[in-house]
Amino acid sequence: MGVSNTKLSSKIYTAVIFAFLFAPIVILLIFSFNESKSLSVFSDFSFKWYKELFNDRSTLESVKNSVILALAATAVSTVMGTAAAFGIYRIRKEWYKVLMNTVTNIPMVNPDIITGISMMLVFVFVGQFFGASTSLNFWTILIAHITFCLPYVILQVLPKLQQMDGALLEAAQDLGCTPFRAFFKVTLPEIFPGIITGAIMAFTLSLDDFVISYFTSGNDFQTLPVRIYSMTKKTVTPKMYALATIIFFITLSLLLINNLIDNEDSRNLRKIKKNRKNKKYVLAK
Amino acid sequence: MNRKILAICLVLVILSGLCLTGCGGEEALTLNVYNWGEYISDGSEGSFDTIREFEKWYEQTYGTKVKVNYTTFSSNEDMYSKISSGAVSYDVIIPSDYMIARMASEDMLLPLNYDNIPNYQYINEDFKGLYYDPQGQYTVPYAYGIIGVIYNANEVDEADTGSWDLLWNEKYTDKILQFNNSRDAFGMAMYKLGLDVNSEDTAVWDTAYEELLLQRPLVYSLVMDEIYNMMESGEAAIGAYYAGDYFTMVDAQAENVDLKFYYPERTNYYIDAMCIPKCCENKELAEIFINYMLSEEPAIANAEYTYYASPNRLVYENEGYIESMGDEAMDILYKYVDDFAQHYEANAYHNLTPEMLGYINTLWETLKIN
Repeated sequence: MGVSNTKLSSKIYTAVIFAFLFAPIVILLIFSFNESKSLSVFSDFSFKWYKELFNDRSTLESVKNSVILALAATAVSTVMGTAAAFGIYRIRKEWYKVLMNTVTNIPMVNPDIITGISMMLVFVFVGQFFGASTSLNFWTILIAHITFCLPYVILQVLPKLQQMDGALLEAAQDLGCTPFRAFFKVTLPEIFPGIITGAIMAFTLSLDDFVISYFTSGNDFQTLPVRIYSMTKKTVTPKMYALATIIFFITLSLLLINNLIDNEDSRNLRKIKKNRKNKKYVLAK
Repeated sequence: MNRKILAICLVLVILSGLCLTGCGGEEALTLNVYNWGEYISDGSEGSFDTIREFEKWYEQTYGTKVKVNYTTFSSNEDMYSKISSGAVSYDVIIPSDYMIARMASEDMLLPLNYDNIPNYQYINEDFKGLYYDPQGQYTVPYAYGIIGVIYNANEVDEADTGSWDLLWNEKYTDKILQFNNSRDAFGMAMYKLGLDVNSEDTAVWDTAYEELLLQRPLVYSLVMDEIYNMMESGEAAIGAYYAGDYFTMVDAQAENVDLKFYYPERTNYYIDAMCIPKCCENKELAEIFINYMLSEEPAIANAEYTYYASPNRLVYENEGYIESMGDEAMDILYKYVDDFAQHYEANAYHNLTPEMLGYINTLWETLKIN
């Protein structure tokens, strides 16, 4: 009796949590198919707002800007982050390693608003130093995005490096690999799932960042979140619900890919560990 | 196998990222326009695409390409901080009256050369030389708005309407919406009591505060653009907002809701006007753009799109426009168009001193926790 009660309550608890997590998204999804503009009355099912969305040049422009920015920031921060993680992994002095770890984590724990304002100040300072009338443009917002994506990539890659059997790299070099080649032949395949996770995180973070983009964007490059924020003079149109629904499904599929990789990765890891155990057993015999 | 596919994907992602950033950037004239969000006809729902049409028109007329960078802000203060930071240069901005007064006093605006803006002649004389630009040298009005009361006729007695008293009527407890910003909320109480909304005397604001305190228990919620959904669905029955937005609400009202609108005797009038900030890099091009915005087709399209009233005679005297707006909309939007200056000068918000704004904000925060 008592057991089934706890089971029931835990089920209810889970259901409530899921309802809170997903009800807003479900409502958004439903009303993106609404015929009328209202958020309260569902009059008829239609794809009207999706059609409107694809005719809205300026919104699509800002979507394009956001995607370009996210791809560029992901590409650069993934390469830089992987290199940085490898560097940190190879540091011998313990205190120096801790120091480097802390320093790279600062942009992650720092409130966005402080990162945003301080970056804007730097850009304006440098821009005015060189006499530019507009110091904020695509490149400044890209630099800002790379800055806050970088620690997330490092955070994903570093544990993979630590999980890796260090002897593998040494063995490869013993067998005649140059360190450079050993990195690509041995290390990179081992940490690849971490790199992918890092890249996906960087992409999603960059795509939905508002605060930092707001402070560092100039007059020729407006991202989607900044554009939506400025729509408050009038009410946000259901076009945006349609857009949010599409973005939700894109992020969802990225998340799924990510989790599938993780899953396969941990299965492989278990297999390897099992094999090693068996081998040891054989040797000991 | 899987890894190979992933590797290929990653390479593609990196390549596309680099390619997209590498391309682009052909040389042409650029014009940077900074406007409120959703405040221009942008081609959606089959409307006139103002920016693209301007680019086309300019190329046809002058033979050179122009690229308009059109970005948007969400409040006058946002716009002000972006420009005063010196980080970005804009050529045309469209702030509200009190912000224009402030920017002019801080020497942030350039005087316009009205010879390049011949369409300025179509602006109603009542909209020229108002307090924020008394010499008429910095601005060209774009749109104006008047706050009125919106109510659901299915719930509100016709006899109770007509003045600000409706928002203090205990019959409608928990059906009333109030602005969630200090200036408009205090303004409502001050218009009701006949006080000066630009007073620098704290006692006047205290009186308004007392009045708002009386209203507080009746208020269902403090809202800004949440008012749309609450009024459309019938969740609330009474609220004050801009005349143009009332029509947006009527378009989306639920079946059992019948929204109506009236102006109280004294209320807020505001103007958003086009100006050229000091950081402008191509003043003549900016003036050509302003002139284009006043020409018939774009001006009508913008007025129809935003639902706000236009001070431009090419708009409100145009038969097609009058017909498409309908009698009710014309009556409401252009009720005061011929004696606007008189109403405006008596009721518009001016920029207050920082000390005064600080005091009002303290009162406002105290009110909200009550």
